[in-house]
Amino acid sequence: MATSSERSPPPFPDSEDQDVLDSEEVGGRESDEDDDGGGDDLLFVNPSNPPLTKMDTTLPPASQPSDVLMEPPSDLMNDPLIEPFSSLTENKPTSKIVSEPSDDFVDLTNNLADSPEDAAESVLADVAIDTTEIPLDEPSDDFVDIFGGETEAPREEVVIANVTVKAAAAADKSEVTSDVTDPPGDLKTGSDFEQEANETATDSIIDLSDDLLSSNAQKPPLASDQFVDPLVDFLSDAPPAADAKIPSRATVDLFEDEGNDLFTEPRQTKSAKQQQKSLFGEADEDLFGEPLGATTKKPVIKEPKGKPVPTKAARDVSNMGGPLQDGYTAEPADIFSEEAVTTVPSIKKTSAVNSKTNGVHSEEDTDIFAEATVELSLDSPQEERKKGVPAVPSASAPSVSAATSLAKPQSASLEELDDDEEEEEEEEEEQEDKFDISISVKDPEKIGDGMNAYMAYKVTTQTPLPMFRNKTFTVRRRFSDFLGLYEKLSEKHGPNGFIVPPPPEKSILGMTKVKVGKEDSSSADFVERRRAALERYLQRIVHHPSLLQDPDVREFLEREELPRAVGTQALSGAGFLKMINKATDAVSKMTIKMNESDVWFEEKLQEVESADQQFRKLHVLVESLVVHRKELSLNTASFAKSTAMLGSAEDNTALSRALSQLAEVEDKMEQLHQDQATNDTFNFAELIADYIRLLGSVRGSFDHRMKAWQRWQDAQAALQKKRETEAKLLWANKPDKLQLVKEEIAEWEVKVTQYERDFDRVTATVRKEVVRFDKEKARNFKREIINYLECLLQSQQQLIKYWEAFLPEAKAIA
Amino acid sequence: HYNTEKYHHMRSVSVDLNHDASLLIDIPDALCERDKVKFTVHTKTTLSSFQKPDFSVPRQHEDFIWLHDTLVETEDYAGLIIPPVPPKPDFESPREKMHKLGEGEATMTKEEYTKMKQELEAEYLAVFKKTVQVHEVFLQRLSSHPILSKDRNFQIFLEYDQDLTVRRKNAKEMFGGFFKNMVKSADEVLISGIKEVDDFFEQEKTFLLDYYSKIKDSTAKAEKMTRSHKNIADDYIHISATLNTLSADDSTYRHCGGYYMSSFVFLQKVEGRVASDQELKLTELLRYYMRDIQAAKDLLYRRARALVDYENSNKALDKARLKSRDIPQAEEHQKQCLQKFDKLSESGKKELTSFKGRRVVAFRKNLIEMAELEIKHAKVSSPIQPRDFYTLIHVYNM
Repeated sequence: MATSSERSPPPFPDSEDQDVLDSEEVGGRESDEDDDGGGDDLLFVNPSNPPLTKMDTTLPPASQPSDVLMEPPSDLMNDPLIEPFSSLTENKPTSKIVSEPSDDFVDLTNNLADSPEDAAESVLADVAIDTTEIPLDEPSDDFVDIFGGETEAPREEVVIANVTVKAAAAADKSEVTSDVTDPPGDLKTGSDFEQEANETATDSIIDLSDDLLSSNAQKPPLASDQFVDPLVDFLSDAPPAADAKIPSRATVDLFEDEGNDLFTEPRQTKSAKQQQKSLFGEADEDLFGEPLGATTKKPVIKEPKGKPVPTKAARDVSNMGGPLQDGYTAEPADIFSEEAVTTVPSIKKTSAVNSKTNGVHSEEDTDIFAEATVELSLDSPQEERKKGVPAVPSASAPSVSAATSLAKPQSASLEELDDDEEEEEEEEEEQEDKFDISISVKDPEKIGDGMNAYMAYKVTTQTPLPMFRNKTFTVRRRFSDFLGLYEKLSEKHGPNGFIVPPPPEKSILGMTKVKVGKEDSSSADFVERRRAALERYLQRIVHHPSLLQDPDVREFLEREELPRAVGTQALSGAGFLKMINKATDAVSKMTIKMNESDVWFEEKLQEVESADQQFRKLHVLVESLVVHRKELSLNTASFAKSTAMLGSAEDNTALSRALSQLAEVEDKMEQLHQDQATNDTFNFAELIADYIRLLGSVRGSFDHRMKAWQRWQDAQAALQKKRETEAKLLWANKPDKLQLVKEEIAEWEVKVTQYERDFDRVTATVRKEVVRFDKEKARNFKREIINYLECLLQSQQQLIKYWEAFLPEAKAIA
Repeated sequence: HYNTEKYHHMRSVSVDLNHDASLLIDIPDALCERDKVKFTVHTKTTLSSFQKPDFSVPRQHEDFIWLHDTLVETEDYAGLIIPPVPPKPDFESPREKMHKLGEGEATMTKEEYTKMKQELEAEYLAVFKKTVQVHEVFLQRLSSHPILSKDRNFQIFLEYDQDLTVRRKNAKEMFGGFFKNMVKSADEVLISGIKEVDDFFEQEKTFLLDYYSKIKDSTAKAEKMTRSHKNIADDYIHISATLNTLSADDSTYRHCGGYYMSSFVFLQKVEGRVASDQELKLTELLRYYMRDIQAAKDLLYRRARALVDYENSNKALDKARLKSRDIPQAEEHQKQCLQKFDKLSESGKKELTSFKGRRVVAFRKNLIEMAELEIKHAKVSSPIQPRDFYTLIHVYNM
């Protein structure tokens, strides 16, 4: 029951692998993807799923406040390992714990301008303050105090309402975190919780702490590898959080703060134990983000008025955005970079961002994260909070109104999300390119002879991500392997609405030339073009947060020998294009059938189609530019030769010399033009070709959404039919058959709900993906065009040099 | 006779001009009617041979050709390099392009079309200006020539305020001209075997023949190169227009697209200017001297013809003496031929020497100007980039 109710509001709990971790939907919306990814990873790497399963079970209760209270105890009961943990925690002095965490943070955020020690101290101070304050005040007040007074008066109501939720959330979090992180930290958090609990729901809190302990207890058995994977996932989640930042702070603040406190402690302890410190910081955030979503949910449900609205919006967003965002920010590098950025200057930034962002939404996650980092980095965390305070009201007000104004929480939240994203674009752009994984495709090498020959490329990955065994590794892959990877990915993720970056098409003509072994410039050009295209293709994949998590991607990057990709051979360039075209045709046909209720999609599809058209036109133009440039290069070369001849024929010595100098200048110009043609090709034409392909994928994702819609509609029609049969049977009074039909109806009802949810999920994913795609596109184009213009500039400067050197020669003619 | 010093005072593109103010000619205005161009030839003079000191007359391209042809056919000027006749005004290519553009209007955005049209108009204007200039240069060269400036036909051309009513050549005359050319080139081959008596002319002949083929090649290559530049400029127009459409359609480009577009427009302008300057400074120079060298070759041909005539007259004299018949006539003829040949050789030597100086000066001037323009364009296109570009990006919040 709980699951169903929860599911209905958040349309796409887990964007990726619903099947694998269905249960997760409830608790960990936002982190679903991550969790899923993590789950996959775990499955792949380690057979031990226990933590995940546990999370799933525990999370659902958390979402419902009443349940939460009830459930924690049961969890306690379930966990046999509580005792050992407690002992562990006891052994460690709190002070020590604190110091450790600070170090961890320092490690994480190397970029912090402030001395790490200060940060650590501040953290300590925070913790201390929190602990002391908590017992004194009432629940709502406590929270406020604890969290640096960010939550203002208006918020308090919400806070109160949330308190219970909070406890639950805390419990969830603690569980989650405990799974991921450390037992000792949990102990501490447990204590915090207890204090809070005393005020609010003492019993439940205690239970929560117990849960935490128990969860901790579970951890020890887990292998370090396991940890790594979840952590990575978390990390990936973290970036979105950072981006999202402050919006819904007020409501969320309580939670966030808790999260921070809790986390800081666990981190420390964990760091002490484990080597992967950086992972922890993020892990914390993720954990929180999820629980928060759950907690926020509650208030909404219970209290339809006032505060709940914003929280609701936030929740929706978080839920909806959850997977998507994960997808977005999943780039591990971003996480780190953002952390770094946020730390010192972050305070200002975040506040600014807050004022900017209207929507409360998904930013919850981010908020948590941002605050956590801020606290760490800044000397006086409270001051920071104060700074944050002014921002809060402004942010909260618009968010509330927005949320209320929108009849459909989903769409509203999404729109807001979009807005936020646009606003945050600047920041993101600053952080772009800071991926923690870099991939290069190099050294194309012809292997074999004759028509069986193929090109193999060296794929080198450099990354500090712990999900990989090494920091740097190289594998050899042939072209069909790249295609095979795409096949796998599009099969897996395409139906869920993800835009899987397509590889370059097969080119029979180009490859045949290479195979025949013609060492002319066109085949070299072909190989280089393809190499670069493959590199960009892989980079797009690994910079996609969700795709990076895919085991096939990892296998592709890491595994020495890859099973030969089959079936890609038939997928020649023409066939590939045809396939895309077919898909797009199908989409357009289906659109006619489907009465598009979503204006956004309608507009987007049109936009994509016209962009596709324009890109194709642009591609033709740029290709002709390349041709003309090459022509110019050739003509310049022949003019240079001709001028040299003319110079030799000239009987005036000075003029003769000047003419031969002119010939030299023109020779150099020829080289410049040639370089420029290459520049045209690689910086411009290839980029456009990429985007023509990518737009095909975008259309493909629209297609998948349409399919999901079709399925849902079909199911509805079937259900309708069954109901009619039921009515007929009722009329005919045939009780025996009636029972059967009723069962069928129930079955179809489930299916319809399921399909509808699927459709909503795919819709949300596609939306997210398209937004991401657009952003990436703008970014890409900006970068490439700057590149392009810079190349032009360089050649212009060369040109100046050449002509300036020539000028005295011309003047010397007498 | 003119001195080499004169050539240092040049006013116009590829040619030396008169520095003395006794006869100043320019074409301040021209009117284009269909495929006819009416030039207003303006003359300012202190010479008493003209009735007025300042006057203008309307002239057409055909009048220029007539003037050129009469000069070439004047026996007395055989020893001179007759300035090459200006090429026929060619507005066909821009017109044709304009026509094509009109046909392709549907496939283009409005902006693209407007820009292409502007570009074509600019090209048309450039062709027009160039045409006026070459005609002007032709007259200025005549006016700066000590002998040719005193030519009666030239003065009529400048002064006669009515229509010269120069007929267009009819078909027969056209064919006649063609035939004459055939005969001339056949004759050239025929007399090429003649043993040169003067080392100077021997050298000049080799040089001019070689130089002519080289400069002809260079001209063709330069033309191609210029055309490539123009093509690229056109590509930029289309690309920037398409980028513009893209940015209008796509919300994510709205901020940045415009700037990219304008940067491409800028590139296009630079590329276009490079093309037109190259056209003006380099291609025109080469083209003009290609024709000028042809004129010099014609001089050599006339001299060689005279030489052959002289040798033939020698042979005729020998024959006459052998037969003891018509000796005085033969002697007279031989004397005339020798005189003519000597005269041709003398003025030819002067003309060729001055031509050499003129050429060097013109090349110097144009090469310097071209280099300076190239530098200027490259520098103009630079500042759009590094710093300004980034600030703009920032401003546009891309």
